[in-house]
Amino acid sequence: MYSEKVMDHFQNPRNMGEIEDPSGVGTVGNAKCGDIMRMFLKIDENGVIREAKFKTFGCGAAVATSSMATELVKGKTVQEALQVTNRAVMEALDGLPPEKVHCSLLAEEAIHAALWDYAERNGIAIPACNEPGQCS
Amino acid sequence: MIYMDNAATTRTAPEVVQAMMPYFSEHYGNPSAIYSLGSSNRKAINEARRTVASFLGAKQEEIYFTAGGSEADNWALKAVAEAYAGRGKHIITTKIEHHAVLHSCEYLEKQGFEVTYLGVDRDGLVDLGELEAAIRPDTILISVMFANNEIGTIEPIGGIGDIARKHGILFHTDAVQAFGHLPIDVEELHIDLLSASGHKFNGPKGTGVLYIRTGVKAGSLIHGGAQERNRRAGTENVPGIVGLGAAVARAAATMEERAAKETAVRDYLIGRIEAEIPYCRLNGHRTKRLPGNVNFSFQFVEGESVLIMLDMKGICGSSGSACTSGSLDPSHVLLATGLKHEEAHGSLRLSLSEENTVEEADIVVEELKGILTKLRNMSPLYEDFLKGRN
Repeated sequence: MYSEKVMDHFQNPRNMGEIEDPSGVGTVGNAKCGDIMRMFLKIDENGVIREAKFKTFGCGAAVATSSMATELVKGKTVQEALQVTNRAVMEALDGLPPEKVHCSLLAEEAIHAALWDYAERNGIAIPACNEPGQCS
Repeated sequence: MIYMDNAATTRTAPEVVQAMMPYFSEHYGNPSAIYSLGSSNRKAINEARRTVASFLGAKQEEIYFTAGGSEADNWALKAVAEAYAGRGKHIITTKIEHHAVLHSCEYLEKQGFEVTYLGVDRDGLVDLGELEAAIRPDTILISVMFANNEIGTIEPIGGIGDIARKHGILFHTDAVQAFGHLPIDVEELHIDLLSASGHKFNGPKGTGVLYIRTGVKAGSLIHGGAQERNRRAGTENVPGIVGLGAAVARAAATMEERAAKETAVRDYLIGRIEAEIPYCRLNGHRTKRLPGNVNFSFQFVEGESVLIMLDMKGICGSSGSACTSGSLDPSHVLLATGLKHEEAHGSLRLSLSEENTVEEADIVVEELKGILTKLRNMSPLYEDFLKGRN
């Protein structure tokens, strides 16, 4: 059902955990739908993401997309991180079964939610960063 | 490999396979034929029919072979509804039925029938008072499953049969999970129609039974031939029917012994999980329960993740999470027992056969402990719980 990459990221999730003193934290999804993703970002004074971590409640695809999303945003600027779309996450995982595509959307939303929080904390506006929504 | 998904399907017993083999390439004749290559197969079919009938306390001519439990459920509901529509258009069933019953009811609602879906208590039991109160002058059928496929709860079938008989209403039971595992007597329990499936008790897949009490009006679901006394068209699945008969004979001879073995391992598994794994809840009734059913909800984790990790350890189970149902909603059965969505997403069903041992149960518990620790450490719900947030 899942690609080897999805299975690898599920079994050996990268960047799982919390950041003690994060620059931004975003939580998306809800328990009713069966997926919750929380992303923690550490962003330096130049607006570069130095560290990204996650915690996820959800299926294999939810864990794998969270893991891949943190990998993809690490080292990127805030603006570059906003370009990490659900499609990019899916492609990096060699695809997802159709019924699991919403997990990749959740990963994209988690990135946006963490960046939104970062912007709020710092009183700045990030163009094209959407306010986190509800279960997708 | 440790196989604990016997409610999904069972291993076809070697003696069943052996009984079937000659009917593929040797005795391949059509039972409707005049010549003996075919007509002798009619004897084999009727032999299987006798075995099933005697197992249920039914008459031979009340047993009809189908292509499985789903067909039997569809047939029972749709044919009875059609035949008795002149008397009334109200059906009573429960919220925890298999989709073969629920979706047939939804279909009938589109045809102008009204259906009452009874709720269940925390353990999954139907309330007899509530059932009787739901009966109306136009009620024609009550359909309540013998035992639930997910949580294993055994319904008060005798009580339901009595109520149905008292009010002159037909009673159908989907006995797919119970047949071959629990004693069933259709006379004693006042059952008018009963569905069963071969592959749930070591018989072949694609085989099933519908028992229809003599005198019950029910037309055909499958049209196109005079087989099964004009009620179910299609050339008989001779190897399948012979295999089903062999599986029933085997089930009848071994039922007590199997139930005792399974119950012992079941209660051992339940006991260890409850004692050693925090934040869990046993789903289903503790004692009115199928011998092989174990079903738990584990807080803060999602079922599919648990299943994949168990699979990596060679353990086969199933879950009522949305991710495993292919829809956004978790199991309708677990929600009907009052579980919150997140608790239903975190469910695990382990369904045993007589081949499962205490040693296997020990391995499963040990692996499960590690898996749940890993997934809970990954879970934002667990993090919030530990920090006292919501």
